[in-house]
Amino acid sequence: MLAVFKREMRSYFTTATGYIFLAVSLALLGAMFGVTTFLQATSEAGTYFLFMLAILVIILPILTMKTFSEERRTKTDQLLLTAPVPVTKMVLGKYLAAFAMFMIVVLLSMLNYIPLSAYAVEDAYGSTSSPNFVMILGSTFAIILVGMCFIAIGMFISSLTENQFAAIVITLGVLAALLCISIFNSFISSSAVRAILDWFSVYSRFYNFTYGLFDFGALIYYISVAGVFVFLTIRVFIARRFR
Amino acid sequence: MVEIKNLVKKYGSKYALDDISFTINSGEIVGFLGPNGAGKTTTMNIVTGYLASTSGTVVIDGKDILDDPIEAKKLIGYLPEQPPLYVDMTVWEYLGFVFDLKSCDLNKEKHLEEICMITKIFGVKNRLIRNLSKGYKQRVGIAQALIGNPPIIIFDEPTVGLDPKQIIEVRNLIRNLGKTHTVILSTHILSEVQSVCNRIIVINSGKIVADEKTENLTKAISENSRYRVKISGPQREVASALRNVPGVVMVESLNERDADAFVYIVEGAPNIDIRKKLFRVLASRDWPILGLEAVGADLEDIFIKLTDKTGKKGE
Repeated sequence: MLAVFKREMRSYFTTATGYIFLAVSLALLGAMFGVTTFLQATSEAGTYFLFMLAILVIILPILTMKTFSEERRTKTDQLLLTAPVPVTKMVLGKYLAAFAMFMIVVLLSMLNYIPLSAYAVEDAYGSTSSPNFVMILGSTFAIILVGMCFIAIGMFISSLTENQFAAIVITLGVLAALLCISIFNSFISSSAVRAILDWFSVYSRFYNFTYGLFDFGALIYYISVAGVFVFLTIRVFIARRFR
Repeated sequence: MVEIKNLVKKYGSKYALDDISFTINSGEIVGFLGPNGAGKTTTMNIVTGYLASTSGTVVIDGKDILDDPIEAKKLIGYLPEQPPLYVDMTVWEYLGFVFDLKSCDLNKEKHLEEICMITKIFGVKNRLIRNLSKGYKQRVGIAQALIGNPPIIIFDEPTVGLDPKQIIEVRNLIRNLGKTHTVILSTHILSEVQSVCNRIIVINSGKIVADEKTENLTKAISENSRYRVKISGPQREVASALRNVPGVVMVESLNERDADAFVYIVEGAPNIDIRKKLFRVLASRDWPILGLEAVGADLEDIFIKLTDKTGKKGE
């Protein structure tokens, strides 16, 4: 598993993918952070995290697009699948590598929070508010959970196709749809449909964290979704052998 | 070493492999021969655990590839048709990765050096695989299969796309490996199995049509004894005299000429040695024999005969 993980990490940095991912992510996040906090003259970062969700939809497919589709195209999957390594370990190695790349971005983007503390803002009533770091760290944690799910979904889609381009487009579409369900859910009148759609909703579970509340149910939800898609990816490889 | 029993592989409703069984013993170099689409690669992929069979079993040294895949795969080194190379790595990095992947219990540095020596890629070990020639890529692919010293090595069409010099090198390499490993080699090139393998399994349309020692197979097919004879004397008369020798079933005059000598292909009936009779007849006419050599049927003939036979059976 470590071998696969190391090779993946190496490959992110010897091809353009890793750099594109880091550059695009940090640029988008940095710009968005500036716009939502400094330019608004506020240390309230709630809006930033909502935008960050949307940014994840754009950047994570870059990370996951080639996890498996590239291997199939170049037939290197034959090496991995005929080596004495369980499929589970191979998939986990790849998953963890993509997750590590994502964590690099999250950790680097946390540098954004530092100037915020020097940015205590006087409100209209003359009282100063210092940034709510419990809320900020809670939201960051929630972002990491959502990232876990998105990476698992992206990796699963990549395992279904040989075409990187298809992988990135489909992943983008699926992740965007997941986000849209959350946003447009409130417009649906039927409560039954709303309840079902709500189950898929990434956003509604995210909400508690932005208030600094620790939502244990949401934690379980996110970990389960990530787990299900990692499991499905493993199944794709096992099932493909029987085709 | 490798036991394959009643292997069937269906793609949809089409049979890629139709009830294949054979056993390969330790130390054999087995050539798996068949035209394109015969099921060679499918068989290799099943034996190495890349694909699962529809039914039937593959047992590697007592370990079933489906029930105990990790242990079974440890015994096999596999070079697929297209070498599974990560072209963005150097040769050394790549081999290091494969070493880690197979979690070998050996001294890494020393083992990899050894393998680079055997496959003669030590000189390019720091180059990106992307920039290597096809011959070198193939050798890196072979090196990859050798990592961890698996007792069984499987090559799927190892010489396709190489130039003649590279082909000879790769064949020599395989022959040498055969001294210490059990080797299975698939190919559609007949001379390749003839020069490298000591046993040949011929497969066509998913079925085994022959499984013999290389020389037995050659013998079995050339039921008639054929000779290439160079005789000094008038071509037409010599040919008609040869036809009249009892036991001779076919005489063919070739357009080869050496002063007043001509070359003929003479074929005797099965199990009759016509050489002595030829000598006596020709001596009595004072037509000296300048050369006489047996012509074994080559594998091309064998192959056409075998596949024709099964083709007719199928109809």
